[in-house]
Amino acid sequence: MTITATVNGKAVEFNGEGDTPLLWALREELGLTGTKFGCGIAACGACTVHVDGQPTRSCSLPIEAAAGKAITTIEGLKHADGTLSAVQQAWIEVQVPQCGYCQSGQIMAAAALIAKNPHPSDADIDAAMTNICRCGTYLRIREAIHRATGQAAQAVSGGAA
Amino acid sequence: MKIGRRNFLYGGLALAGAGVFGVRWSDHHARAAASAATVAAGEGGFTVWLKIAADDVVTVYSPHIDFGQGSHTGLAQMAADELDADWAHMRVEQAPAIPGFATVELAQGFLPQVMGDGARHLPKALVAMLARNFPMQLTGGSTALRFTGQMAMRAAGAAARAALVEEAAERLGVPAGELTTAASRVTHARSGRSLRYGELAEKAAARSLPENPPLKTAKDFKLIGQSVPRMDIPAKVDGSAQYGMDIHLPGMKVATIMMAPVRGGKLTGVDDKPAMAVKGVEKVVRLDDAVAVVASGYWPALKGLRALSPQFSDGGHGTLSSAAIATAQDQLRAAGKPDKKHGSGDVAAALAGGRKLEAVYRAPFVHHAMMEPFAATAHFKDGKLELWIGLQDPLATRTMAAKAAGIGFDDVTLHTLIMGGGFGRRFPDKCQIIGQVVALAKAVDGPVKLIWSREEELRHGTYRPQVSGGMAAALDGAGKLAAWRMDYVQSEDSEAETRFPYQVPATARQHFQYQSNQDDGPLRSVNSNHIGFFNECFMDEMAHTAGQDPYKFRRAHLPEGSRHAKVLDAVAEKAGWGSPLPAGHGRGIALVESFGTIVAEVVEASVGADGAPVVHKVTVAVDCGTTVNPRNAEAQIQGAVVMALSMALGEEITLDKGAVVQSNFSDYPLLKLAGAPATIAVHFLDSGAEMGGIGEPGVPPTAPALANALFAATGKRIRQLPIRDQASLRS
Repeated sequence: MTITATVNGKAVEFNGEGDTPLLWALREELGLTGTKFGCGIAACGACTVHVDGQPTRSCSLPIEAAAGKAITTIEGLKHADGTLSAVQQAWIEVQVPQCGYCQSGQIMAAAALIAKNPHPSDADIDAAMTNICRCGTYLRIREAIHRATGQAAQAVSGGAA
Repeated sequence: MKIGRRNFLYGGLALAGAGVFGVRWSDHHARAAASAATVAAGEGGFTVWLKIAADDVVTVYSPHIDFGQGSHTGLAQMAADELDADWAHMRVEQAPAIPGFATVELAQGFLPQVMGDGARHLPKALVAMLARNFPMQLTGGSTALRFTGQMAMRAAGAAARAALVEEAAERLGVPAGELTTAASRVTHARSGRSLRYGELAEKAAARSLPENPPLKTAKDFKLIGQSVPRMDIPAKVDGSAQYGMDIHLPGMKVATIMMAPVRGGKLTGVDDKPAMAVKGVEKVVRLDDAVAVVASGYWPALKGLRALSPQFSDGGHGTLSSAAIATAQDQLRAAGKPDKKHGSGDVAAALAGGRKLEAVYRAPFVHHAMMEPFAATAHFKDGKLELWIGLQDPLATRTMAAKAAGIGFDDVTLHTLIMGGGFGRRFPDKCQIIGQVVALAKAVDGPVKLIWSREEELRHGTYRPQVSGGMAAALDGAGKLAAWRMDYVQSEDSEAETRFPYQVPATARQHFQYQSNQDDGPLRSVNSNHIGFFNECFMDEMAHTAGQDPYKFRRAHLPEGSRHAKVLDAVAEKAGWGSPLPAGHGRGIALVESFGTIVAEVVEASVGADGAPVVHKVTVAVDCGTTVNPRNAEAQIQGAVVMALSMALGEEITLDKGAVVQSNFSDYPLLKLAGAPATIAVHFLDSGAEMGGIGEPGVPPTAPALANALFAATGKRIRQLPIRDQASLRS
């Protein structure tokens, strides 16, 4: 059976079984490997994409449930002219990633938060950012979200002296 | 660094001494092959570690793999500084997995740390021969900058600079002494002439390079000590970075696997049919201790695997549990026959004569939980094997894969990929996936990628071991420590890598050997992790027993003017030790040296309304000698603190009937952003001492500083991790 959807602005067809998680359809059928497999049970958020604008853990969404939806992955987050989005740019300026494996999901979660709430407080960030980072980049994630939204960090995350 | 590695080095030396160590690659041959693999016509290759192209671009080849530690950028900074290169021209590539790029300097630097200072005088040629013929290309032990950077990259940069200057002197017809270098140019100021490195490189590389070129002193550093942005980060924010998980080859199959739930068990039977009925499944492959399903993609492979009902034996471990391990360890300690004794002085007499305290500390199995589960791709064809994988030693991986495939080392090609975390989980001798993917590649036509589910990854870890420590100490009449004893029970003796920093007249560190059915592994900071917890919490207990402030009590046992004392003073000052705190808050302090770096931390914590600990602030003082990239070093320390808080607060792998109880992040909870402290303030003391590591040393002081802070806040002493399992801390 063929399922159609829009991925990063382009119409696509998925040909796998309808219960195939969107994550594996994106990675193995479309070759969009920026979206990562972490746990398979929607617990870690490494696979976060936007489905009709909502942050969604793609490891646990069957493609039949994504039919007709507009999906955005990390590869589709740049502006149309190829420049980085504000969130991605902030991630570089603050030097957030370490191993980087969870960061596609972190960035997609942050972008969705900012789209809904252009000036999130630390409490808003705590509530929205539930993705796991084993390298422990959380303080810089907080700082980068504030940077992306033009706010000074509300808490000083530290500082080499 | 794991004992297996050390044994390997010791064993290698012994074999070399006996003349039985097979030398397949001479130093010259290995280096020539390395240059042939990396340096093109028109470029100049200097040592094997860097090359300069005609357009001035300098490429550094890192033998260490990126898994988040940022050492690629640090190595480039160190080479570029000595080379006087323009930073904009610097690039880093992963060194190929060939013996010419073996981590010779790592072996050279690490040997004295495990064998004593005598090993400093081993001829480099002998160490190089061992490293190339083992062969080893190791990422681990917080060694990239302090060994490869200090000894290989800086020397390569300095040697290349010297050759470029000689070449320029000849071309310009001036004495070399009149030339200066900066921003990738050699300049003759008197005549106003200059030449670009790119114009000089190919000819300069043909000159004989100085063996031991003079290196800069700290006052001349231009890039070492600068927070230049990490080179790997742009590819990690747009999804383009390629990890082992991301390889896709034409015609590739995907497999997933289930191993015997009890480590040591074997596959005793499985009926293929339920898996073969799943659309997309192509094959069920039986291994000695596992069953794998090969399919058109991961999802059908997983569905096929879940449809199976394989039977496994338990290897005789079917009654083992975490509680049984704790009991067995207590019995070993009570029997009083240690396998190894370290320390000096009459501890028994001092304990008998002083004000004595005893306590037992425990730490559970803890999992690495790297975010990228294991994935490896292999293609076996016509007696040759091609592998795509990211592990912490590509050359050792080649050796193991060749053995598994029954072919020669030279018949294996390995493509090194970056790793989505590792923390010690990806040392090849601990990686079952190498043998598994080779077996699958031999069982199917074409390439096959094996992906471990998170459940397999979590249940078949090489955990930080379950450990217990029986502590005893006594105070003299002046309230100072007269004796200190630690009786610790675990698989390995940790004496070579842990160091008790305090001055005490009589000390004993006694190792009682215990091995469960698990394959105990090195986890970020290795033995310093739990030994640091035992020592630094018990130090706190002794301070309170003496009626003294925990900072001042520690300070009184450190030599005046020592690095340890300075680090402790720095953290106390920066944290405002002794200043007023909000009601219910407490501060705890801890000091641990590991991997050549001294770290002290102060944690401020309280207990929430639900009885769970809340960490408000962590202050860290670090003496790693020289900080190459302060912003990245800060990130490494902050990350280590977060990981250590996660482990201390909630992580525990338990065994029941010989098998791991937990299955995924649902029942093995990791700290999330909301649980991270608002502030982790990191202060570096650039003492200029011999360079230490930075990836691991932030971990060990965190758990004891937290436990000590909770004692200060609540009066309840924590002697067992994780803290989650204590009775409510609420008073």
